[in-house]
This record gives sequence, C-alpha cells and structure tokens, in this order.
Amino acid sequence: MSTVEQASADRGNDKRPWRWHILVFLTPALLVYTAVMILPLIETLRLSLFNVKDGQSVFVGFDNFAVLFGDPRWAASFWNALKNNFIFFIIHMVVQNPIGVALAALLSVPKLRFGAFYRTALFLPTLLSFVIVGFIWKLILSPIWGVSPFLLDLVGLKSLFSPWLGKPGSALIAVSLISVWQYVGIPMMLIYAAMLNIPDEVLEAAECDGVTGWSQFWKIKLPLILPSIGIISILTFVGNFNAFDLVYTVQGALAGPDGATDILGTLLYRTFFGFQLQIGDKSMGATIATVMFLIILSGVCLYLFAIQRRMRRYQF
Amino acid sequence: MAKTTASPVRTGLVHLALISYTLIALFPVFLTVINSFKDRSSIFRDPLGLPTPSVFSLVGYETVLKQGDFTLYFQNSFIVTAVSIFFVLLFGAMAAFALSEYRFRGNTLMGLYLALGIMIPIRLGTVAILQGMVAAGLVNTLTALILVYTAQGLPLAVFILTEFMQTVSDDLKNAGRIDGLSEYSIFFRLVLPLIRPAMATVAVFTMIPIWNDLWFPLILAPSDGTKTITLGSQVFIGQFVTNWNAVLAALTLAIVPVLVLYLIFSRQLIRGITAGAVK
Repeated sequence: MSTVEQASADRGNDKRPWRWHILVFLTPALLVYTAVMILPLIETLRLSLFNVKDGQSVFVGFDNFAVLFGDPRWAASFWNALKNNFIFFIIHMVVQNPIGVALAALLSVPKLRFGAFYRTALFLPTLLSFVIVGFIWKLILSPIWGVSPFLLDLVGLKSLFSPWLGKPGSALIAVSLISVWQYVGIPMMLIYAAMLNIPDEVLEAAECDGVTGWSQFWKIKLPLILPSIGIISILTFVGNFNAFDLVYTVQGALAGPDGATDILGTLLYRTFFGFQLQIGDKSMGATIATVMFLIILSGVCLYLFAIQRRMRRYQF
Repeated sequence: MAKTTASPVRTGLVHLALISYTLIALFPVFLTVINSFKDRSSIFRDPLGLPTPSVFSLVGYETVLKQGDFTLYFQNSFIVTAVSIFFVLLFGAMAAFALSEYRFRGNTLMGLYLALGIMIPIRLGTVAILQGMVAAGLVNTLTALILVYTAQGLPLAVFILTEFMQTVSDDLKNAGRIDGLSEYSIFFRLVLPLIRPAMATVAVFTMIPIWNDLWFPLILAPSDGTKTITLGSQVFIGQFVTNWNAVLAALTLAIVPVLVLYLIFSRQLIRGITAGAVK
C-alpha cells in the first residue's frame, strides 16, 4: 500500500501547473450531484425560513417551525406523524433486527445444506417494490378475501382475526410489520456476512474452553457482530424517517384510518403536494423536509460519533 | 477440525426454522401468482387452491392488457433505469478514478462531499427539485427522473468503486504511462475492464431502488406518457381495486420481471452485499 501512496504522492509533487484530466474525470459526477442533490437540499433548507405573504416570498425566520410545532392547524398532525414515525422505527428495531440476527445465525450453521436456496428465497421480498408488497398484504389481510381467517383457523386462532389495517389501534403495527416482512433480508444478509467474517480460530478457542451453542452465540458471536447491528440500526433509522411508499400504497395519502398510520413522509407529501381539498404549501413542505433532515442528520451524527467509536473496540 | 459434530436433531430444527421462515417470505408472492390465473369465484371460494384447468382463467390479464398501458410503463421504467445506471457507472467510475489515482488539494474533502449523499436521502430536497424541474421545463419527462436517479446513485457508486480502484495494480498503470498512453486511455482501456465485477455489483445496487421508486415518478412525472411500472401499477390497482382478477394479474406482471432479474443476478447481489459488509 505504501508504494501506491508514494507513487501517487510523487505524481502529485511534479510541477505540471494544472492537470486537466482530474477536472475532466470529476466534473460530470460533481455537476449532477451538486445540481440535483446538494443545491436542492440547501434550497429546501432555505425555503423553510421563508413564507408567502401577499403573494410575495418574505423571510420569516423560524416562524414556519413555530407554526408547525405550535399552531393548532398543524401541530396535531405533525406530532402525530412524528410519534407514529418513532413507533414505526421502534417496531422495526425490536422485530426486524432480532429476526434478522436469528436467520443469519441459522444460515451460518457450518455445513448447512441448501444454504444458497434459503438465502435467495429469504431475500426475495426485499427486492419487490412497496407497491407490490403493499397491495399483496392488503389483499391477504382483507376480510373480504378470507385468506387470513382461513390460515388462522388452521392453527386454531380464527377468533383473533380482525381487519387490522382498518382499525386505528392496530393499523400502524400492521403496516410496520409488513415493512419488517419486506426488509428483514437486509439485516439478515449483513449479519450473515459479519458472522462469516468471524475467524475460525476464535470459535475454535471458544470451543476448547467449552463455550458452545447458545453461550457461544451470546458471548462470542454477538459482541463481534455488534458493529453490523450498529450499521443496520442507522440504515433502518434513515430508511424509516424517510419512508413514504408503503403507507401511501396501503393506506393512501391520508394515511388512514384517521391518521393512525401517518408518518413524516406522508405528511410531507400531503403538505407539499396538496391532497383533495387541501392546497399544496411549498413553505410548510420545505419546513417538514427540514425537520426530517435534522432528525436524520442527528441520527447519523449520533451513530458516527458515539456508537461507532465505542464499537471500534470490538473490531480486530 | 475440533468442531462439535452437530446432532441430526439440531440440524433438523435449523432446517425447520429456515423452511418456516422461507414459507412466510414466499407465501404472499406465491398466493398472488396462483390466484391471478383463476376465475373470480374460485379466488374467493378456494384461495389456496392451484389453478386447475376447471378454474383456469386469464380474464385478469385481458383486463390489464386492454385497460392499462403496461407495455409503455415497462418501456419507461426500462429506459429510466438503464440510462440512470449507465450514467451512474460512467460518472461514478470517472470520479472514483480521480479520487483514488491522483493526489490533489481537496481530495479527501471531495470524497467526503460525495459520500454525504450515502446517508442523506435525496427525497428531502424534493421541494426544490420540483421547483428546479419546473423552471427547466423538465416536469413530466423521463429526463427529470434520470437526472434525479443519477444523482441519487452516484454517492454509493463512487464510494464502492474508489475502494476497488485502489486494488488495481499501480505497475500496470505506470507501464501504460511509459508506453505513452494518456490518462484517459489508462482509465478507459486499462482500469475499467479490471473493475467490471465491482461495476456489476454497483449496477445491481443502483437498479433496485430506481425500479421500485414511487416517490419521484409520482411527483416529477405522473403524466400518462411517462409513468413508470411502479407508478403505473399503483394507479391501475387503485382504479381497479374491486376487480380482483385485474389486481392480481397486474401484481403478477409487476413481480415477474423482478423475479427473473433476481434469479439471474442473485449470486452477484448476495456476494456484493456480503463482500461490502466485510469492510
């Protein structure tokens, strides 16, 4: 590696005044990325500080945020969406990650037959679009079709069935679990990779010391895959606070019943784009997007500065 | 190897657990596909039954092909995905080459700047993106989608490809320089062919979110002529929500291409995920 660095450093030190090719290589990517991603992001943050008064765009400072957090017309739906989004995230963390870890542990059993088949099959839902997944589950959970009551009947639990997606109390949980069903493949794969990466010597040493089976999983493997669980958590966090498609497909833009499944993504869509009688509001849309940005940014920073640094200790 | 030999009971339990979850993962897809080939009454009478000749029916597919413009939606999705992947790979590889090959002022900063987009979703800029697309007259064009998806795919592509470029032998490139190749020929003729496996991985990673995206087609290109398959099936199913045959057929049509591509690329994809996580 040192020779590579030396070689490139040598090239950097030569006295050619301007190396055009570097610019040529970098420009297309920088141009598209900056123009379509970074500038709009900055412009959105800027727009959140402006509002339209008498047809004129004027600077209003943090008034939009004050309206969003405190004004009776906005605050209720905003706090509701934020709360639902946190529940959405927590359900993912407590259901998706343990299932993912369990499946990865099963897949990494030594000399497992049909391993490739299981991996391929278990990862399939992750590739389907939210539209497909949302509608399939909408049909399956629909009381009209009767597939779910029939299946529950097979295990003697028919009395438990109710139209979960239509009830305010259970709709959010049902939607979250559909999302978990779809995305469990990602933690499974990442943790499976981390488990494959544990050196055989470590496991053999553990076995020599009599640490096998369950205690081996808890005492040896789990600490070693913690960094991967950290990565999965932050990916889930970003994905969940940016989610929209599944709720939109299953419950529509109003995120019914009665806003029970409304999350920040659907709120942003309705606010910015308008829905039915509500007219789209650019400034408030930008304000909600800014709040989402700040939530995601703080999550990412927390991960980078606190969690990842602490986890380094476990790495080799 | 002093491995404890797994007892047959334990192996059996492992397989039992994996098979049960495989059933959970595949059952909804299976259910949709089999029911799309049945007539209406048997969809409701016997949802779990296979489409035997007596209940076989293609009425759902007929409705879909008559009412929906699915060929056009497929075409749109295909164009958007293919062109975006092309630009992501080309621009991404060029930027990754510049970042990994040359030492220049601001190199690290540039890498961090490009990596920003891995974690911050492009959706958050939607308000201003729509504004910009309106100003540029690109609303309801596939170009708008291609631009957005190229920007969305670049950060991860640059990140992955930079790692791979660093493994390309320096001697090879220097030999090329001695032979009088320009920096451009070194990139296009020596380096690009060597990082082809990494490019395939990036292509698969880039493709899935683009093909499945609903948000940007809904906001930037919702017109009839520019609907992608994801948006097209969303709208179609919304309209035909009581026509179960049509809904199931549309869902099956949307699943099949993903399924075929997945069966072709699954090895590549899974290897890509597992290799990427190792770093």
